[in-house]
Amino acid sequence: MGRYFRRKLLIYGLTFVIAVSINFAVPRLMPGDPVARMLTRNSVANIESSEAMRAYFNQLFGLDVPLWQQYLNYWAALFRGDLGVSVFAFPSPVASVVADALPYTLALLLPSILLSWFAGNALGAMAARNKLLDNGALPIGYVLTAVPYMWLAILLAWVGGIILGWFPVAGGYSFALTPAFTWTFIVDLLHHWVLPFLSLFVVALGGWAIGMRNLVIYELESDYSNYLQALGAPNRLVRRYAFRNAVLPQITGLALQLGVVVGGALVTEVVFAYPGLGSLLLEAVNSQDFFLLQGILLFIVIGVLVFNFLADIVYVLVDPRTRLGLEGGQS
Amino acid sequence: MSAEVVLQTEPVGRRGEHLYFALRNPKVAGGLAVVLALLLLGLIGPFFLSDSPNEYVGPKSEAPSGAHWFGTTYFGQDVFTQFVHGLRSSYLVGTLGGGIAFVIGLAVGFTAGYRGGLVDEVLNMVTNVVLVLPALAVLIVISSYLEVRGVVAQAVIIGVFSWPWVARAVRAQTFTLANRDYVDLARLTGKRSWRIIVHEIMPNMASYLLMSMILLFGGAILFAAMLDFIGLGPANAVSLGTMMQQSMAWSSLHLGMWWWFVPPGLAITLIVGALYITNVGLDEVFNPKLREM
Repeated sequence: MGRYFRRKLLIYGLTFVIAVSINFAVPRLMPGDPVARMLTRNSVANIESSEAMRAYFNQLFGLDVPLWQQYLNYWAALFRGDLGVSVFAFPSPVASVVADALPYTLALLLPSILLSWFAGNALGAMAARNKLLDNGALPIGYVLTAVPYMWLAILLAWVGGIILGWFPVAGGYSFALTPAFTWTFIVDLLHHWVLPFLSLFVVALGGWAIGMRNLVIYELESDYSNYLQALGAPNRLVRRYAFRNAVLPQITGLALQLGVVVGGALVTEVVFAYPGLGSLLLEAVNSQDFFLLQGILLFIVIGVLVFNFLADIVYVLVDPRTRLGLEGGQS
Repeated sequence: MSAEVVLQTEPVGRRGEHLYFALRNPKVAGGLAVVLALLLLGLIGPFFLSDSPNEYVGPKSEAPSGAHWFGTTYFGQDVFTQFVHGLRSSYLVGTLGGGIAFVIGLAVGFTAGYRGGLVDEVLNMVTNVVLVLPALAVLIVISSYLEVRGVVAQAVIIGVFSWPWVARAVRAQTFTLANRDYVDLARLTGKRSWRIIVHEIMPNMASYLLMSMILLFGGAILFAAMLDFIGLGPANAVSLGTMMQQSMAWSSLHLGMWWWFVPPGLAITLIVGALYITNVGLDEVFNPKLREM
């Protein structure tokens, strides 16, 4: 078990280093000069002031020292929690801008990921070896996994927000309200949360259901299931054993799927103008706010890694074989 | 001479059998029909329509009619023309991005699985790292720095970040195949490693490779659509993702212009969904246990 966790931690640590290095390298290696582009964006015509601004930006990016030193400085700043200053929300530091948006994204992601996982698994397990349910659930599941996240979000916003008018289609809360810990505000918050949540939930649901269905069928065909059946065990019991074995790969799948779901949350937030990381990302892209962009990437990477690690721990708790150092659970 | 002929007829016969079952499998046939129909529309359509999908041709914000099949945009561009051009770039991104990912995944998986040892350790580590990296976020950062964004550049960066699961699966399969007797025999004859991989190992997982190629193709299309939707799409071309982005940017939702945002998303769903269903069908074709006939 120690080896298992050491290996995982090594991979996560390496991933973090590589993500930070990508963050560092991309602006410096890409063709074109970001500083020059920022200057053109600010349309500085005066040559003298343009030179001053170039010097300022060079110093701000720390571009006036050798590359290896820039890299070390980058890490040092990172550990001080200094992600730079946002251009779009000047003069707030990137860390605080991201921290403001983070709760909204988490409030969307965590419930939608977990609930769709549970519901999808339950649905898939029921559909396995059930002709009637299978014929309906399988095609729907495949269509749902094929739907681009933003399109389902747009459709939900159109039907639930515009045609039916049941839900608001933009924002995290009504503009008339100020964030406060009151009933009206919380109800309003939930009201805005329903559609983005639903769209994330529904897209992910199909994938889990299909995966679970296939796994349960596979388990039901295995020797232990046949043996149990031959012993005359009730069907329910056999299926329960199959389900418990089939859940294991789904836990690994949950960790692997995370990057995709996070991506889906980003575009879903864009559709609903939900004030989380996705909308922030859009602002950062539109205003070429590179510090903010990189800060968001870093937060996402850290979040994904932490969640992966949690999934590993859950796996160890659920699967006794990893605890005993037997097969299973190899990275 | 005659021995060679006998050896050659065998795989041909099996391929023929697979083709026979594939074309009679409703999932494969139906899925392929949808994918090919949309591909044909994307390939042939632009010849009959305007070359410049962003041209202002008609009245603004018009609902679908005989003159403009999918209506017009807020600016009076023909949605159907954009749609057909968008299909083209979606297929291009899927082919190119999926192809690049496929080649990288195959190279990494075969090398790691066949060589083993330290090479495998390193490659496996790299694979796991890229696997946990949230691809879309990385793609967004990289493409926002690209000076000139085109379909090809987008496909390349998508390909570079979406290969790991193929590499992992190929590696695992290569492990089990690399120690078979016939591979040992091939090694004894002094064949080169890559020849052994191509001639002895690869044919035995051809079905799996075909299916992962299909999944990579669909995945690349979805990725590209998401990037385009964030506003990081190709600057010089129309894609299904940029159509959705434009429609949202000009509040087609509030204006009730459903003809602007429904077709592009529907096309992506149809293409990717049809590919998935084709895959299920192919699974039945290659695995006789699953066949229902």
